[in-house]
Amino acid sequence: MFKLLKYSLYDIVKSRFALLYTLFMVLVAISIYQVSEDMSKVSLSLLNIMLMIVPLISAIFATTHFFNNLEFTELMLAQPVKRRDVFLSQILAVMFVLSMAILIGFGAPMLLWGADITVLTLLGIGISLSIIFAGLAFLASVLTRDKAKAIGISLSFWIYFSLIYDGFVLYLIYSLADYPLEKTTLSLVFLNPVDLGRVIMLMQLDISALMGYTGAFFQQFFGSAKGILLSSSMMFIWMLWPMGLAMRVFKKKDF
Amino acid sequence: MISVQQIHKKFGKLEVLNNFNLEFNAGKSYALMGPNGSGKTTLIKIILGMVLPNSGEVYVQGKSIKGSFSYRSNIGYMPQIGRYPDNIKIGQLFSMMQDMRPEVKNYDLELIEAFGLDKMMDKPMHTLSGGTRQKVSASLAFMFGADILILDEPTAGLDPMAAETLKNKIKKEKDAGKLILITSHILSELEELTDHAIYIHEGEIFFNDTISSLKEITGESNFSPAIAKLMEWSLKKNTKKTELTHV
Amino acid sequence: MKFVEFNYLLKAMKIKISLILLCFLTFSIDAKTVRLKPGQSIQAAVDQAFDGDTLVLAPGIYKEHEIIIRKPLSIFGESYPIIDGQDEGNIFLVAGEKIHFKGLKIINTGKSNMDDSAGIKFFDSKNCSVENLILDNTFFGLHFSNSSNLTIRNNHLTSKAEREYQTGNGIHLWKCKDSLIDNNFVKGHRDGIYLEFVTNTISQNNLIEENKRYGLHFMFSHDNSYIKNTFKHNGAGVAVMYTKNVLMKENIFEENEGASSYGILLKDITDSEVIGNIFRKNTIGIYMEGSSRTLFKNNTFTTNGWALKLMASCDENTFEANNFFANTFDISTNGNLVLNNLQDNYWDKYEGYDLNKDKIGDIPYRPINLFSVIVEKIPSAVILWRSFLVTLLDRMEKVIPSITPENMIDNTPKMKPYDFGSANS
Repeated sequence: MFKLLKYSLYDIVKSRFALLYTLFMVLVAISIYQVSEDMSKVSLSLLNIMLMIVPLISAIFATTHFFNNLEFTELMLAQPVKRRDVFLSQILAVMFVLSMAILIGFGAPMLLWGADITVLTLLGIGISLSIIFAGLAFLASVLTRDKAKAIGISLSFWIYFSLIYDGFVLYLIYSLADYPLEKTTLSLVFLNPVDLGRVIMLMQLDISALMGYTGAFFQQFFGSAKGILLSSSMMFIWMLWPMGLAMRVFKKKDF
Repeated sequence: MISVQQIHKKFGKLEVLNNFNLEFNAGKSYALMGPNGSGKTTLIKIILGMVLPNSGEVYVQGKSIKGSFSYRSNIGYMPQIGRYPDNIKIGQLFSMMQDMRPEVKNYDLELIEAFGLDKMMDKPMHTLSGGTRQKVSASLAFMFGADILILDEPTAGLDPMAAETLKNKIKKEKDAGKLILITSHILSELEELTDHAIYIHEGEIFFNDTISSLKEITGESNFSPAIAKLMEWSLKKNTKKTELTHV
Repeated sequence: MKFVEFNYLLKAMKIKISLILLCFLTFSIDAKTVRLKPGQSIQAAVDQAFDGDTLVLAPGIYKEHEIIIRKPLSIFGESYPIIDGQDEGNIFLVAGEKIHFKGLKIINTGKSNMDDSAGIKFFDSKNCSVENLILDNTFFGLHFSNSSNLTIRNNHLTSKAEREYQTGNGIHLWKCKDSLIDNNFVKGHRDGIYLEFVTNTISQNNLIEENKRYGLHFMFSHDNSYIKNTFKHNGAGVAVMYTKNVLMKENIFEENEGASSYGILLKDITDSEVIGNIFRKNTIGIYMEGSSRTLFKNNTFTTNGWALKLMASCDENTFEANNFFANTFDISTNGNLVLNNLQDNYWDKYEGYDLNKDKIGDIPYRPINLFSVIVEKIPSAVILWRSFLVTLLDRMEKVIPSITPENMIDNTPKMKPYDFGSANS
């Protein structure tokens, strides 16, 4: 698999997308740092980019890449290699390039102007969400044969997780306001990677407000390392399952 | 060498191959024909493991291909459209393919040299013309001296000189005792390269015999009209096929 | 059984020591300073002493409690002699004038809520001082009632209780006046500093942290000042109630986090001034209820959950020239009609412009955001904060205000934050 990955990586790293996306990240980083040198403000400006733009680009790029490489994938499948390896070499290359763009794009400005733990967490979330949405995009791609349809599904994932889902949660909280909903709300948040990333950031940026919760459950959750640990492991599960499911479908798919 | 037994394949509700049986033997060269959508591409893909049948078995060199991938090291495959990662260079593509077959030590570089690809190893794939990419595909199919060669429209997009080079190579491999499976729309090419014709119609085998017996049955002395007649029959009368099938 | 025996023994010892001291004193009747060694009874020494004498305790452990002092006397320690109450009752009980304590370490009072056991308990005293004491594991630390002209300075009070009911207040004043509470450290008590019916008193430079309930708690205590204190990580922050004419200046209120934790809880506070303080990392910076005519100026609110929670029962308060940085919500309120005045504040969330370059934003700032109103009604909705959906809702509300109070508005928002010197650090 590493042999395959080596070549997929080489291809994707040399692509125009990798260059442009990294450049975009550098520009974003520079402009944010120019606007304010206050780290908490930097974090806030970055938050929306990491939670909205990064997943969107990841989803679209991963889908497009999958279909652009479809014929080559087919040729790979006619070679004496495992399907799993073909799949992994493709998806890992995409995930790698998306993550590196963030890491390099922000890394350089950060070395220049400094960073704090919040900004670093934010980068981690950006990378996690890239991986998750690349996984979801591959899932969308293996579920259909049509590129346009796959992009449609990927976009739906994005809109669902970044907007519709929260609307649903807000509606639920609003209509069941009289009940103790802390646990329900938190578990709902855990079922959405964008929300999860956001809550991890809230735990850094707005811990004071979160501690205002009446439930002892929340006090415990937000006040301790347990909360961070739990949400990080959940994030990890989110990184794995779309990719795993996509691989299962890929293994049984007709090309 | 390849035995396709009771293959059944559906795409959704569409039956593509139904109770499909075929044998391919070493040292022979088969022309796989049929109108668009007849199931010939699906058949090739099933043999290559790219499409998984709903039921039935395919044996390659006596072993079932189910759950196996190593059997493919004995197959050289040339796809109809060769598209490769844009930024990989020709040389890298070759070494990548070689990496996938670590057990093969001696490479057949004849086509690479004949096509002059050895002089452009540093060119990224996206700079290549369609014809050149086709040359790359052909070179890859023959590179590992595989016992089975599956060629999907091999000469499409090649200039006449390159087409001739490729045809000579195919003939040479056939004479060397390889099993060759070709699909093509160029009938003259099929006549030249193959000795056995398989005609698939709506997922079933309509004709399967030597080219000489094809001519005999259709009463035509030339290959093209014989095929045309076969096609005509297949469209007109589905009953006739039972009489003509030599399975 | 054992205790009875022990007490009997102690009493016997006391009598012996008294006899010895009696002999001693007869020889030095004019001496103003009496030196005690561990093993000698402080109570006996006190009883023998004349007005204005000084008792100097040599280093060591003195196991004694309920030491009663009713005459002018100074009790000083050398290298912090330890007076161990052995978990029983009060250690010193004081009622008188010109009684001074210095350099003692007082430990292990009783833990009774019935008699409010304290390290030192003053009744009806005047012109007394408590300085450089270390109090550890005391139920109440320093307890004063009905006293005046007290100086409480440089004391270090700690309690290791785990629950609120297991400990009393650190520095507790009831019906006192004209006093100074300066440079003390109080940790782990119920309330750090508790004042009730206390007037004309200054609390300054104290560090009050990790107390179970309030860092500072006062009621009906008019005309007091609180200057340069730090109240940090107390269970519920600082609560001040039913008081007028208070000055709170240059204090730091920080890390008071929890469901009912406040930098300051102001309830029925009127005609007061809150100036130059820092509120940092509190769940609620200032919570106000029924308070009016109070000026909040030059304060810095940073990284609080809510910088201000202003209940509708507050009126005629002025918030002027404060800095608001990185608070989750700047202001929230429970009503629609808010009769308070906001002016010249710096809001880091302000997105307006300044075309005429007068350093004041050309469009007003509305510090109440729609979502904070929702959160006020449904607290668990806070989990959706900073989501795209909520950002969209807030933007819409900014364009067409519908449910946020209209007159809660700063018409002269500053473009740049104020530099309050150390206040910004």
